[in-house]
Amino acid sequence: MSPAFLNFVEICLNGLMAGVMYSLVALGFVLIFKASGIFNFAQGVMALFAALTLVGLQTGQVPFSHLLNAMFGTEIHNWGPGLNTFISILFAMVIMIGLAFLVEKLMLKHLVNQEPIILFMATIGLAYFLEGLGDLMWGADVKTLDVGLPSGGSFWWEDVTREWAAEGSDYWGMYIDKLDVSATLIAVSLVAALSIFSQYTATGRALRAVADDHQAAMSVGISLRTIWVIVWSIAGFVALVAGIMWGSKSGVQFSLSLIALKALPVLILGGFTSIPGAIVGGLIIGVGEKLAEAYLGDIMNFLVGASPNLFTAIENWFAYVVALAFLLFRPQGLFGERIIERI
Amino acid sequence: MNAEPKFKSSDNMNASHAQNAPAFCSVWDIHAYYGESYIVQGVSLNIHEGEILALLGRNGAGKTSTLRAIARLGNPTLKHGEIWLDHQPLHNMQSYEASQAGIGLVPEDRRIIQGLTVEENLQLAQIEKPIGWSIDRIYELFPRLGERRKQEGTTLSGGEQQMLAIGRALARDIKLLLLDEPYEGLAPVIVQEIEKTLHLIREQGITTIIVEQNAIAALNLADRSVILDTGQVVYDGTAKEVLENEELRHEYLAI
Repeated sequence: MSPAFLNFVEICLNGLMAGVMYSLVALGFVLIFKASGIFNFAQGVMALFAALTLVGLQTGQVPFSHLLNAMFGTEIHNWGPGLNTFISILFAMVIMIGLAFLVEKLMLKHLVNQEPIILFMATIGLAYFLEGLGDLMWGADVKTLDVGLPSGGSFWWEDVTREWAAEGSDYWGMYIDKLDVSATLIAVSLVAALSIFSQYTATGRALRAVADDHQAAMSVGISLRTIWVIVWSIAGFVALVAGIMWGSKSGVQFSLSLIALKALPVLILGGFTSIPGAIVGGLIIGVGEKLAEAYLGDIMNFLVGASPNLFTAIENWFAYVVALAFLLFRPQGLFGERIIERI
Repeated sequence: MNAEPKFKSSDNMNASHAQNAPAFCSVWDIHAYYGESYIVQGVSLNIHEGEILALLGRNGAGKTSTLRAIARLGNPTLKHGEIWLDHQPLHNMQSYEASQAGIGLVPEDRRIIQGLTVEENLQLAQIEKPIGWSIDRIYELFPRLGERRKQEGTTLSGGEQQMLAIGRALARDIKLLLLDEPYEGLAPVIVQEIEKTLHLIREQGITTIIVEQNAIAALNLADRSVILDTGQVVYDGTAKEVLENEELRHEYLAI
């Protein structure tokens, strides 16, 4: 195999794995949107908050310690060496469920039958609130998160792929981060678990029913409010997983909440109501932007005859341009239901 | 606020239940609105246990709205009045609570859930208590549903969807069945089939309110009838009397 082809494969593989991470964030949006028609702007901040909480528990940080120290001149930092990773994750999950409960109790309950735009505004408020709360509770410094997942390049894969290259070529082998591989595996099992849950459990059936027709679901005794707590808890769980993955990869910092922006083009591609759409959309965006970064820049430089560095960082905007094209030609996305307004 | 029924029945005692027994379900002076439109203007009615009541009237008389108000759907909004079912006040409840209190609604447009199979649609009704008929018993009543249990509910024919909607109501332990236009949009052959089913349900002694355009079919099924006109009760008496009273039928039902 020629090194150019192997390069192409490497780019695609890395794109796929980056795409899985986008899918993970988009999935949280889809779950809430399907069940309640709310576009949850706070999904990204939920991932950040979950990751912050996890690090805080793992390192034994005292919540609000910065605030307490500033107010009372105390020197509180840690309550102990911290919890082990597994227990921290469990506790973080409990906190995310508690958050879902509070969101229903303090926010959604009071906004029943309101316009979607009002609910959307409320989630923007929630996003700012959670960001502020995260800052107050755990501090604003960048933290490292290590949950014991393997990381770094895989030498084994490098060796295997080097052998694929034609003899005599100076191909070095493919670089694949082990963390990306584990993130992919975890995301795939999460999606599988969610599908099984929605397909084969009574609660899953109730979720699908509420998503399709909440009046009919309520008419057979299903409470919307219970369903909302469940959905927000699941979205909280997805946010926790996304927070762990992104946090392990690039550190837990407040810019993490911006990954929600990357989920937008994924949603526009996949459709806001489709779980397979979120996954395929994420993969397309992931592969698309890596390929565009690698090849589109060269092509454009060649076309305008510019210096080799004029068209770079295509990765940063490519997804949004694809989304724009979709909005123009296929606004319901690849898998979304066609929006038919009845007047 | 409540208008006195214009036609008083002299024949009430012919109904299968004595008039002075305490009502199993009583709707007292309800007023309901769709936004600004005042649709149900002070309807009162009583239903005795095991009775079938036909709620009749012309288009726009407020029949479906009355039924929806009893089922506590968000629309129309109930602004005044009380609804009691077996000593439980429904008027403060939301639809899911009313369902848990024993209301079984078979809505006009059937509302079969998309993406769920026939069996899943039935199972959906048994997530929350109280649970009624077993799914096997529903399949016994509607063998056609049993044959299509793995098929997606919305792909069934109109008549089969109606059976599924009725089956879904029976899957819960209901005290009052509300049937909203069960014959609407169905071919005459299917209407006969649904009619047979409703007579079967009648034999089970399930207290029922049926709203229907096809007044004769509903009256043949019912013990009693309440006729609405512009959101008010204009007749409350036996079904038999409506069938016999041509003037009444002509004035309010146009038949």
